[in-house]
Parts: sequence; structure tokens; C-alpha cells
Amino acid sequence: MATPTLEKSGKAPEPEAGFADSPYITATFRIRRFNPEVSEDAQWQDFQISIDPKERVLDALHKIKWEVDGTLTFRRSCAHGICGSDAMRINGKNRLACKTLIKDLSPEKPITVEAIKGLTVLKDLVVDMDPFFQAYRDVMPFLITKGNEPTRERLQSAEDRERFDDTTKCILCAACTSSCPVFWNDGQYFGPAAIVNAHRFIFDSRDEGGEQRLEILNDRDGVWRCRTTFNCTDACPRGIEVTKAIQEVKRALITRRF
Amino acid sequence: MQIHKYDTVIVGAGGAGMRAAIESTKRSRTAVLTKLYPTRSHTGAAQGGMAAALANVEEDNWEWHTFDTIKGGDYLVDQDAAEILAKEAIDSVLDLEKMGLPFNRTPEGRIDQRRFGGHSRNHGEAPVRRSCYASDRTGHMILQTLYQNCVKEGVEFFNEFYVLDLLLQEDPETGVRKSAGVVAYELATGEIHVFQAKAIIFASGGTGKFFKVTSNAHTLTGDGQAAAYRRGLPLEDMEFFQFHPTGIWRMGILLTEGARGEGGILRNKDGERFMEKYAPVMKDLASRDVVSRSIYTEIREGRGCGPEGDHVYLDLTHLPPEQLDAKLPDITEFARTYLGIEPYTDPIPIQPTAHYAMGGIPTNVRGEVLADNTTVVPGLYAAGEVACVSVHGANRLGTNSLLDINVFGKRSGIAAAEYSAKNDYVDLPENPAQLVVDQVERLRNSTGGERVATLRLELQECMDANVMVFRTEQTIKTAVDKIAELRKRYLDVSIQDKGKRFNTDLLEAIELGNLLDLAEVMATSALARKESRGGHYREDYPNRDDVNFMRHTMAYREVADDGTESIRLDYKPVVQTRYQPMERKY
Ligand SMILES: Cc1cc2nc3c(=O)[nH]c(=O)nc-3n(C[C@H](O)[C@H](O)[C@H](O)COP(=O)(O)OP(=O)(O)OC[C@H]3O[C@@H](n4cnc5c(N)ncnc54)[C@H](O)[C@@H]3O)c2cc1C
Ligand code: SF4
Ligand code: FES
Repeated sequence: MATPTLEKSGKAPEPEAGFADSPYITATFRIRRFNPEVSEDAQWQDFQISIDPKERVLDALHKIKWEVDGTLTFRRSCAHGICGSDAMRINGKNRLACKTLIKDLSPEKPITVEAIKGLTVLKDLVVDMDPFFQAYRDVMPFLITKGNEPTRERLQSAEDRERFDDTTKCILCAACTSSCPVFWNDGQYFGPAAIVNAHRFIFDSRDEGGEQRLEILNDRDGVWRCRTTFNCTDACPRGIEVTKAIQEVKRALITRRF
Repeated sequence: MQIHKYDTVIVGAGGAGMRAAIESTKRSRTAVLTKLYPTRSHTGAAQGGMAAALANVEEDNWEWHTFDTIKGGDYLVDQDAAEILAKEAIDSVLDLEKMGLPFNRTPEGRIDQRRFGGHSRNHGEAPVRRSCYASDRTGHMILQTLYQNCVKEGVEFFNEFYVLDLLLQEDPETGVRKSAGVVAYELATGEIHVFQAKAIIFASGGTGKFFKVTSNAHTLTGDGQAAAYRRGLPLEDMEFFQFHPTGIWRMGILLTEGARGEGGILRNKDGERFMEKYAPVMKDLASRDVVSRSIYTEIREGRGCGPEGDHVYLDLTHLPPEQLDAKLPDITEFARTYLGIEPYTDPIPIQPTAHYAMGGIPTNVRGEVLADNTTVVPGLYAAGEVACVSVHGANRLGTNSLLDINVFGKRSGIAAAEYSAKNDYVDLPENPAQLVVDQVERLRNSTGGERVATLRLELQECMDANVMVFRTEQTIKTAVDKIAELRKRYLDVSIQDKGKRFNTDLLEAIELGNLLDLAEVMATSALARKESRGGHYREDYPNRDDVNFMRHTMAYREVADDGTESIRLDYKPVVQTRYQPMERKY
């Protein structure tokens, strides 16, 4: 990809002016654009918009798309941090656009927005998610049990349920995996998200597939690649202690106790 | 254009679609087409829980659940369907547990249960603990668990495929219209695909985006309902939309009723617990339509909070922080993230938010779609929020939708696969993709001066103002006129992105077309229903009128010879078994 340049720029219509206490500010969004239908090179484009800083980055992207440039492309659905569609690099950090308020980004400076790293960019902020979901599928992310099913529910104590609570929160947004330097260098590494989802089952008292999953993660592309940089934990919008989960999986591999 | 052939095609990969896929993949060659990656579906946003009379924490039974569902739906519920829903609830919760769903547990290790609005012991005596839950992310856990089991079963997904048309073919001998396939637009490439299938299940979710303040995702644009409607199939009870009492003020993001189930209280600007006045027994846990109207009554009578008096408070401050952390972590975080409010110490500003479509594509209890009051469309099924069985009648009870998608998702998955095992393909019509090709080309080439975002916002503001919690003949007529105007202007919509790759500009334009069609059906159905029932409240007709309106609305699109479109309304009887309509009090 070519060096970033500032070639185009767009401006949104101002909101009704005239109110001294208007909550609106003018903010610049510097967005990394890429559309191979138009050009093989990616480039940065600035958009200046008036917006209430209490709004989300997603609101700003919508404002740009809806009022200035309809070709700006990103994924989104729920708009409140629950569906995992809109992980992106905002001011150099992986976050969900719908969970990041503009006021928390020092909006007096340009706010940079670009696609998450390590997955192929397909258009603007949209990346190819297939390798990410493949790694997830590879860890057998489903309950494995043996023997006869009980007629009622399986019993599980509240403590046993609590044991894997943290990793059940994952929304598969890829913010962690795409912030991991090991993954950037080698896309074969399972990446933190897949390990989080393996953890969710390995530490579920009802599950009997732990050994198989641990074997998969013992692979050369498995947990041992993790260098504990904590990027993933910082990136996780669900507040999951990702690095801790990876450490617990490593420990389980050594002790074979989980 | 590519043509694919599958025994069974499922449109949508939310809870209903994936529950169906798990059954149908075991029995037939199945493809699931979904405009979102499965785990992005809005089922994942559901918080509170899933109802089932497990009686794990106190006495309960499915008959009480049936009664509550019927009463909650203001007697517009088909009682045979409600009975199935309540009976099969127990197995569908146990199914999910066996698939791995991490429910919260009781001290004995059983699935824990909590209170939810409208669910009661012994026909309304007192609230009962019937909602099975996983913290305040039950929907997330259901969606994840179903996806995990789809991975396990090897379900074949076509991700980011937008289904834009339904193909029906008339049987030359009998004149019956049968389902032949669907037409989909592939987001990544702009390519059009025709899927020929023996059986098709629509599980494409709700249509909340025609309102501005809504708990629904940007992608809930009623694509399935609109496709069926455009092909001449009826839409049932579209005037019934649920307004959930507790959306975050102005944003609409939902704060689960579970917050009130845990003891949260609604207060007006004087700090008064106003629900005591409106619902002396169930109080804050009365059914949603009742609570939403009570909130707006407080606001209208000048007891709303804030400088503009346009909201009330959800007060959780008396609950121990540990309880909030354990039972309501996500919604307390929403308050912190989006409002900068600490729910331990400060009440949360809320207002009713457009939440759930009770109406939709009419089906029977096997999930088969109806072409009129009685005739099924062979090979066509619908389940989940897109469908109207009708188990929710005029107002859905909280926790009954996660239940609905599981019970009727499973039923339709089995029924569709059995159908495709026994039947042959129906021939595709000539030029099967024509309608979609024309639609896409028209939008791509249009040079008109109207913008999608402008029209959508005008539609949403009009719907919020005129057909929300309170309606009158005059407000609804205002909406009907405005929608007609917007539909005209829609013909002049143009888009900026003319490309083929990930053209979300184009798809937003198509989605807006769907919203406009469905808004028109909703307003027209609401205008004709001169009574108040459940979620449909007419100030000019404040009482329920069982003599004239104990019946389902069936709306059909009619096209005259000269091409003018109109809506024809018809009605369908309500199935009543053992529960006689009574006045609804909470
Ligand atoms: C915030 C919130 C909280 C809720 N909480 C509860 C609760 O606690 N308890 C309860 O019982 N109910 C709750 N509900 C209601 C319930 O969650 C939904 O009604 C239910 O999940 C709908 O499921 P579904 O499978 O029908 O649709 P969805 O989960 O919305 O899935 C729709 C699917 O259809 C696909 N799709 C849509 N259009 C197309 C198209 N054109 N082509 C291809 N695919 C398409 C989408 O990709 C998606 O996969 C809640 C709803 C909301 C919004
Ligand atoms: S662990 Fe966190 S960051 Fe990683 S995919 Fe899951 S939710 Fe996203
Ligand atoms: S849009 Fe769903 S997580 Fe951001």
C-alpha cells in the first residue's frame, strides 16, 4: 500500500447555528479509505463535521456516510457494543466505534479511524473476517459431553458456573486478535479470541472435551505463541481478562488440571 | 447470476433461524442466508431472560404461563398457539442447557429463575419467578450457544447475503401458489444469487427501524415481511408494536425489565413511585403497554424529569452494588458508557422505546405461512419476530420472544425439512432475478435529488410523533399522508456509491423501501382498528371492543391494472379455547 496522503476532503452541512450553548463541536475524522474498484492504493481522507461530542464514533461515521460521502463503508448493527460488528482502530487503538464517545478521544485533534490490522482489508473499514471465524471453529467451540443425557438440566454449582463467566461474554469482535503483534506477524496463530472461546469450554464443569481442545492449543500455532503483551486485554470492549484466560489455558496444559 | 439448489433454505441466522437450522441440517441439505454474520444478529441484544414454567424456585406450571400470555396479549392471542408455547417452553430451555447454555444457577445447581413483567402465579395473584436467565445477556448466550451448535452440526452459512425477493410459482393444475426459491444479493461482490429450494423458512427478524427511538439494531428493517408482502402474501396485526418502558432517554438503548424484576423502581420528578397508582398489584412489573402509557401520562401531566420534563427515572440506587454487578452488569455499564451516570448512586433517565413487532407474516403452529385466513403456501415457513403465529396477540410479555424463537424455530425447522424430504422442487419462474435486478439497477442509475438518510429520518420522526404509545385518528392520518409523500419521494432517491463491492449505500436504500412499505401497512391497519388493545392505544377509542375487533388484521397489497398500489384489509378470527376475555388489570 502507498504512503498515506491527504488527497480528498469532505465537509458536512453545519447544524442550525445561533445557540450559544450549542453542544456541537467541529471535529476532524481522518479515515483510511481503500476501495480496489477505484484504486489499488489506500489513502487517508479528512472529514470535518459538526457533532455533539457525547455522541459515538459510530454516529460520526453515519453522519459522514449519510450527509457527505455515501461510499464510506463500515459494518455495524446493534450500535451499543453487543453485536461485535464495528471493531476498528481509532486513534491507533482497537475499539468498537459504537462504544467510543467522541469526547473521550481529544477531539480537538484529528481522530484517526482505520480498519483493524492483521486481516485483509476489503473496503474502507471492512476486513475479511473468515480467517478469524475459522480459528474460532478450529478450537471446537461447543459443549462436548459423553454418556447419556439427563432428562432435566445438568446440575452445575453457582461457583462452577462463575469459573468461566468472564469468557462467556465474548462477542467475537476481533478487537483482541487484531491488536496482537504475534497475529500481525503470523496469521496462522489462533489468536486470543479463539483461545478465549476454548477457555469458555475448558473451564465449564459440564464439558468433557477439554483434553481434545488442549491438544489443539498445544499446537505450534497455539497458546505458546502468546508473548503476554496484554494488547488483547486492553482492546477487549467486553472487559474480558483475555491475557489471564490465555495464562489459565497454558497452566492447564502444564498441569492437565482444569 | 448464480443459481444454487438446496432442499431447505433459511433466511436469517438469529435465534429463530439458527434453531431451525440445527433441526433442518440434520434432516435435509440446508443453506442459511444471512445479511449479518450469525453472531451479529439482534437476538444477541436480548437481556432479560426466557420464560418457562420450570418451577425451579417456586411453584409454577405451564397453564399459568398460558393464561398470562393470553391476558398479556389482551386476548388477541391464538390460544392453541399460546398453549404450545408454554408447554414446549420447558423442553426448549432444557434443550439449550444441554447444548451448553450457561444459565445462572440456584444454590442447588438448577437453572435459576427471576420475575418478569406480566408473569404471575395462579392467574394474576402475584409475580412469579419464571424467567430463566444468564446474567443480563441471555440473548447473547442463546445466540452464541446456537451458533456453537451450528458449528458442531456443520450448518452451511452464506454470510452477508441479503435476501431481497421471494419466488412463488402457481401450480398449473391446482392454482395454488408454492414456494420456489429466494433471490439474494451478495454484499462482498454485488452479485445476484438465486436459491432454488423445496422449503424456505423466513427468520429475518423485526422491523423496528421505522421508529427513531428504538431498541432495535440498524439492520432490523423488515426485509422478510416486505418481500412476502410484495408477493401478495398478507401481513397480520401490523398495528401492534410494543413500546418498551425503559429505553435510555433519547437513545432508545434497552434497559431490561429484569432491572425492575430485581427490584428497580420507576419514579417521576417528585420521586414518587407512580406505578402504584396505575397497577396496584403488579406495580412496576405490570405489562409493558400499561407501564409505557403510565410513563407518558406522567410526562404529559407535567411530572416528567429534566428541563424539558420528557423522561422519568429508573431507580436502582436502593439495590446493593453486588446485586447490580452480579445480575445487571451490562445495563449498568450502558448507563456509565452512554450517559456518564453511576447507577449505584444515581437514577437513570429513561423513556419508552420502540421494541418489538407483534405482527408479521401469518403462520399456523407448524410455522407454515398462510396465503389468506386458512390456505397455507406449500413449502413456505416463517418463525421468530418476522412471523405472527400469533402467540403475542396485542402485546408480548417479556421473555416470551426468546421462547417463541426457540419453540417455533425448532418446529419450523423440523416441518420444513420433512416437507423437503417428501416434495419435489418447483420450477423457477422465468427470469427469476428480474425484480431484484431492476431494483438494484434503478437505484444505481438514479440521478434523483432525494437522499436515503433524509427520507429515513423524516419517516422515523413521523412514526415517533404519530403512531407510538398514544394514537388518534388524526395522528394516524397525518402519518398515512406523510408516508404516502415519502413513498413518492423515494422514487427520486439516488445513491452515491455506484460500485459492486460492499455497497452498503445501495442496501440502505433498499432497506428504506422496505421500511416505507411496512410503515404504510402499520399505519393503515392502525387507522382501521377503532379500539384500544395491548400495544395499540387509541385515545379516541380508549376501550377494548371485543364485539367489533376481537379479530386479527390481515393486510394485502393490491395492484390495480393501471399499476396503482393500495392496501386491502381483511380480518381473521382469533382462536379461543378455554380462556374467556376479561378486563385486563394488573
Ligand atoms: C434490546 C432487546 C432486548 C430484548 N430482550 C428480550 C428478552 O429479554 N427476552 C425476550 O424474550 N425477548 C427479548 N427481546 C426480543 C427478542 O430478542 C427478539 O424478538 C428475538 O431475538 C428475534 O429473533 P429473530 O431470530 O426472530 O431475529 P434476529 O435475531 O433479529 O435475527 C434476524 C436475522 O435475519 C437476518 N436477516 C434480516 N434481513 C435479512 C435479509 N434481507 N436477508 C438475509 N438475512 C436477513 C439477519 O442477518 C439476522 O441473522 C429483546 C429485543 C431487543 C431489541
Ligand atoms: S475476547 Fe473481547 S476483544 Fe476478543 S473477540 Fe471476544 S469480545 Fe472481542
Ligand atoms: S454496532 Fe454492534 S458492537 Fe458496535
